[in-house]
Amino acid sequence: MMNKNTLTIAGRQFRSYFNGPIAYIVVSLVLIILGFLFWETFFLFGRATVREMFRYFSLINYFALPALTMGLIAEEKRTGTIELLITMPVTDAQVIVGKYLGVLGLYAIMVVLTLPYPISVGNLGNLDWGPVFSGYLGLLLQGAALLGIGLMMSSFTDNQLIAFFGALAVSIFFFLVDKFLPFMPSGLAGFAEQISFDFHVESMRRGVIALRDVLFFASIAAGCLLVAFRSLESRRWS
Amino acid sequence: MSDVMIEARDLTKKYGPVTALRDVSFEVRKGEVVGFLGPNGAGKTTTMKILTCFIAPTEGQARVNGADIFDDPMKVRESIGYLPESTPLYTEMLVLEYLQFIAKMRGFTGEEARKRIKKAVEQTSLEDVIAKEIRALSKGYRQRVGLAQALVHEPDVLILDEPMSGLDPNQAAEIRELIKQIGEERTVILSTHDLAEVQVTCSRVLIIANGRLVADDTPDELRERAGKASYQVTVLAKEGAYRDSEQSKAVRDALGKIGGVASVRQREAEGKDELLFTVLPKSAEDIRAEIFQSAVDGGFVLLGLEKKAEALDKVFRDLTTGDTEELSAREQKKAEARARKKKRDAAKKADAKAEAKKAEPKKTDADADDGDDAEKEEA
Repeated sequence: MMNKNTLTIAGRQFRSYFNGPIAYIVVSLVLIILGFLFWETFFLFGRATVREMFRYFSLINYFALPALTMGLIAEEKRTGTIELLITMPVTDAQVIVGKYLGVLGLYAIMVVLTLPYPISVGNLGNLDWGPVFSGYLGLLLQGAALLGIGLMMSSFTDNQLIAFFGALAVSIFFFLVDKFLPFMPSGLAGFAEQISFDFHVESMRRGVIALRDVLFFASIAAGCLLVAFRSLESRRWS
Repeated sequence: MSDVMIEARDLTKKYGPVTALRDVSFEVRKGEVVGFLGPNGAGKTTTMKILTCFIAPTEGQARVNGADIFDDPMKVRESIGYLPESTPLYTEMLVLEYLQFIAKMRGFTGEEARKRIKKAVEQTSLEDVIAKEIRALSKGYRQRVGLAQALVHEPDVLILDEPMSGLDPNQAAEIRELIKQIGEERTVILSTHDLAEVQVTCSRVLIIANGRLVADDTPDELRERAGKASYQVTVLAKEGAYRDSEQSKAVRDALGKIGGVASVRQREAEGKDELLFTVLPKSAEDIRAEIFQSAVDGGFVLLGLEKKAEALDKVFRDLTTGDTEELSAREQKKAEARARKKKRDAAKKADAKAEAKKAEPKKTDADADDGDDAEKEEA
């Protein structure tokens, strides 16, 4: 699944973001909104922590990441370049994984661009770096799962807009699913909490790295990639 | 290994209830330039997509350069350079960037990649636009980028889906020249609905209609299927001359005596004082000089002498319209002629014989009506 072609596709995908406006728009918008939300309350609380930044960032992710993934496959389907790509000596799985790594790379850049926050907070006060580290891991994992969802939705259609709103709907479902726990029957509530993205990210924001949280996001991402792979492959038989 | 580069066996493709391709079989040998000809939606693109392993056939199998499309799609793709319909490209990339990406995907790096890209760029004369964004290029240049992309790995087989569509005549001529050049050492399959294109570029023609292969011939053979050339001879009529007059008989005899003539038929002339004959030759040899000589010897005045070659598009229409079953053009003609004869027999008994003679169909639409009538009458 992983070979040179996968990386070549990933590299092209990554670079293509910087040939168009989407990446610039999304990344700068995320950073501006994040900066506004974070610094507005930071001095109010007067505590040397970046937990709030992780909270805002993971919230923005639900809305911003579908914009990065919407074109991944849908646009290639629309323009027909998918045909050229797939008729190269690559497997469908390599195409999917390559595309995924490409957008994951862009997301990683976006996350790295927030490093000034903990660094400056660390200069202002005594910052505990443990939760910062686990917080970043949580952010990456949550993003990885959301990007998987976006890629999957993009593989279903040749229309970027449909891919965007489809991914947005699924993402928001995973965000809202534990927000109505009091109204749910108790059995369902337990389940709803377990599949909530926030629930799994929250413990990592607090500094706890649990295997089940890591596995949760990893399996969501892997499951989505598998579905995307099947969806891409289905063209052969339909 | 044999020199059969592409071998398709009973390819059938169904999209849900629609059958896009039925039992298509063919072989393409090394060094052939084969044209896929057919109306839109006939199954040309489907066949190409199957050969490039983009889609799988519902039934049947194919091998490209010895590799099976099911068992070894990677090897199949390695042997193929493919230009899909309407030339999809990553338009936001620079031409060079794009070709570098393709070279990398094809497994070439460093100096090797540079050399191959340079060669492909030279072959397709892209030097001037190499640093431009693809989206800024004209249709002709894009087409060439698409070709360059297909050539980078110097594939044994080149599959081009409508490489000429949307090009102006100059651009088309350039691409045609390029394809011919490439076809000298490689195997090329190209699809088109342009007949002139096939005649110029291809050494073999596969005609596909409604998902079936209806013809597999060289352009020359195809033309022969439609019958050889014929000659229209117009002679000045002497006063009072009519179809069955002495004069027309004399001319018919004179023409019939020419060595290369198979038959002479008299037809209704347009002008009052003209006699019109259709002369069918025995071979493809030009007999216009002989016809002229016989006019001089026979002392009749030649008003017109025209050689009419059956155009390839007539063959194309005959093969691709109407019933999908392969029905030879000639049989169709015969049936129509018979139908006309019957019809006219009923209407005009006196003139029946003469009328039947000229019942040679000219236009397909007009014939279609007659065909319907024939069915009724025969039933």
